[in-house]
Amino acid sequence: MSDIASRGYSNPDVLVSTDWVADNLDTAGIRIVESNEDQLLYPAGHIPGAVQVDWAADLNDQLRRDYLNREGFEALMSRSGIGQDTTVIFYGDRNNWWACYAYWVFQLFGHSNAKVMDGGRQKWEQEGRDLVREVPTYDATDYSAPERNDAPVRAFREDVLAHLDAGGQLVDVRSPQEYSGERLHMPDFPNEGALRGGHIPTARSIPWARAANPEDGTFKTAAELQEIYLNEQGLSPDGDTIAYCRIGERSSHTWFVLTHLLGFGNVRNYDGSWTEWGNLVNVPIEK
Amino acid sequence: MTHEGIPQPLADLLDEFSFLERGERVDYLIEYADQFEPVPERVAVRPFPEERRVKRCESQAYVWAEDTDDGAQKYWFAVENPQGISAMSFCAILDDTISGASLDEVLRIPGDVVFDIYGREVSMGKGEGLLGILTSVQAFAREATGRQGV
Repeated sequence: MSDIASRGYSNPDVLVSTDWVADNLDTAGIRIVESNEDQLLYPAGHIPGAVQVDWAADLNDQLRRDYLNREGFEALMSRSGIGQDTTVIFYGDRNNWWACYAYWVFQLFGHSNAKVMDGGRQKWEQEGRDLVREVPTYDATDYSAPERNDAPVRAFREDVLAHLDAGGQLVDVRSPQEYSGERLHMPDFPNEGALRGGHIPTARSIPWARAANPEDGTFKTAAELQEIYLNEQGLSPDGDTIAYCRIGERSSHTWFVLTHLLGFGNVRNYDGSWTEWGNLVNVPIEK
Repeated sequence: MTHEGIPQPLADLLDEFSFLERGERVDYLIEYADQFEPVPERVAVRPFPEERRVKRCESQAYVWAEDTDDGAQKYWFAVENPQGISAMSFCAILDDTISGASLDEVLRIPGDVVFDIYGREVSMGKGEGLLGILTSVQAFAREATGRQGV
C-alpha cells in the first residue's frame, strides 16, 4: 500500500501508519487506544502500551440508549491517562470499524487531537509486530471536557426527517440484504431487531467495508473512494450527508471516510439507525 | 438457569461461567483460545471445502464431525482468521464439552449458550458467527441421527 501522504486524502493527518506507531510507542503525549468488536482480542494481545476502550462498557450509557455524558467521558479519559493535549491513536479489528466508532464518539466531546492507525490490528499482526498481554496503567489525568455537543456529527430521527424533506444525501452502509429488507435480524438478538425491513427512501447502498482493502485493512486511496462514493453512487462532497447502519457503528466508519478522507463538508452519523427507523411508526420506508 | 438435557460438561461450564466477573470470564475464554487445536491433516487439508464453512461466521470457521464407535461424534474445527479469537475459544469449548456426547444432548443445546458464555454485550455480528458454529455442529448431529434411524 502506498504512503498515506500520497493517497490524495483531504485530511491525511488523520491517519498514521503502523511504522509510525512502532516508532512512537514511547513518545510522550501519545496514547494508543484499541477498540474492537471482539472483546477477547485486547486482553489476548495488544500493541505495547495501548489501553482499551470498549464500545459497550465504556462508550455507551449503561441505562439509556445514548453515549456517555461529560462526566463519564472525563472519567474515561482520566483513567486512560489521556489529557486534553494527548494525541490519541485509535486502532482495532475489522478494518478499524470500532476504532472509527470510538474516534467518532470522541468527537462528540471535541477531542479532535485524534488519529487512526491505517490497517488497524490486521496490518500490525500481518507485519509480525509485538503484541503483549500486560495491561498498562497510567497516572490519572485531570481531564476537563466540554458538554457533549452532538449537533455537528450526530443526527437524531427528527434531523433525518428534516434532512429527507430538504433532499439531503443518505448513505445506508449495511449489507445489501439488510438494505433490501430481505434480512432483518437474528431472532436471538431482540435488542437489535426491527419490525420493518428496507431502507430510508433515497438512501444509497454502500456497504461500509468497501472503503477498505480486504487484504490488509488499510483504507483505499482517495481516487478509489471517489470512484465508489462519487462516480458510482453520485454523492457530492458539497451536499449534506447522513450515514446510518443498524446501531450506528458501521456508519461511523463511513462518516470517517467521507469526512476526513474525501473531505465532505457536512456528514452526520444517525446512530439510531435501522433499529430505530425500522421500529418507528409512520416514517417512510423503501424496499 | 438450568440446562437440562445438554451434555453435562457443557452444563458444568455454563454453571461455572455464571459466577464469573466479566474480566475473569475473558481470561477463561482466552485460555480456551490458547488451547485451540485446529483440525488435523488426517481429517482435512487446506483449502478446506466450502460445504464445511460456517455460514455468517466472519472468522472463517469450519466444522467437521467423525462418528465414534459408541454412536456419538467427535467434532473438529478450523478458524482461518488469526483474529478470530472468540471463534477459537468457542470451538475449543465445544470440542472440550460436547465431543463424544450423545447426539440427543448435542441437539438440545440452545443458542442462548452463546450469551451465557460471551455475555449479552456480544455484538450481533459476532453472536451470529458463534451461533453459526453451534448450528453447524448440530447439523452434523442431526444428519447422524437420521443415518442411525433413531
